[in-house]
Amino acid sequence: MSDKDQDNTRSVAKSGIVSRLTQKQTQLTEEDVEMAVNTILDNMVDGLVSGERVEIRGFGSLSLHFRPPRVGRNPKTGEQVEVSAKYVPHFKPGNELKHRVDYV
Amino acid sequence: MTITKAKLVEALFDEVGFNKREAKELIDQFFEEIRLSLEQGEVVKISGFGSFLLRDKSSRPGRNPKTGEEVPISARRVVTFRASQKLKSKIARNSEALEKQFSE
Repeated sequence: MSDKDQDNTRSVAKSGIVSRLTQKQTQLTEEDVEMAVNTILDNMVDGLVSGERVEIRGFGSLSLHFRPPRVGRNPKTGEQVEVSAKYVPHFKPGNELKHRVDYV
Repeated sequence: MTITKAKLVEALFDEVGFNKREAKELIDQFFEEIRLSLEQGEVVKISGFGSFLLRDKSSRPGRNPKTGEEVPISARRVVTFRASQKLKSKIARNSEALEKQFSE
């Protein structure tokens, strides 16, 4: 399903992706597709969380980037807070995705 | 270890009972559906995982790093990924293991 955000950007949620995918199937039911999509995402998450890289040709890759510890500030109070080292997920779009999204 | 389409095919085979051909087709269709949305200017929000968003970048002066020559970088649209809070906290909870793993 598409919906409108405040900034007028159209968006689609997982359920929308699942129903569009279902419309393109001849054999699989919506439940099959939903289970499959959840399995795909769960495997990507589990891989990423355990430090593996996820690499889908033509789509992109997801990996973890290290952020060293730093001293930050609470923007409200101005108080200094120590922010410990962490890993953050990073997505690098693949060539096909990059080119299809960009206006030519 | 890297999570690739081949790994996802295995997961759909083992965990959902798809045959390999069905699995491969559905995986390709899933990533294609996300590319189609983004290509049409529609952002994709997957709960528990993250959002694939679009950013319009205006043109800016760039430089050829080899020759030092100034080359303008044209306006473009790029895909960015914003991990969900759920994914971020799963990674945070595993940060000790990750630090150990990456320091080896």
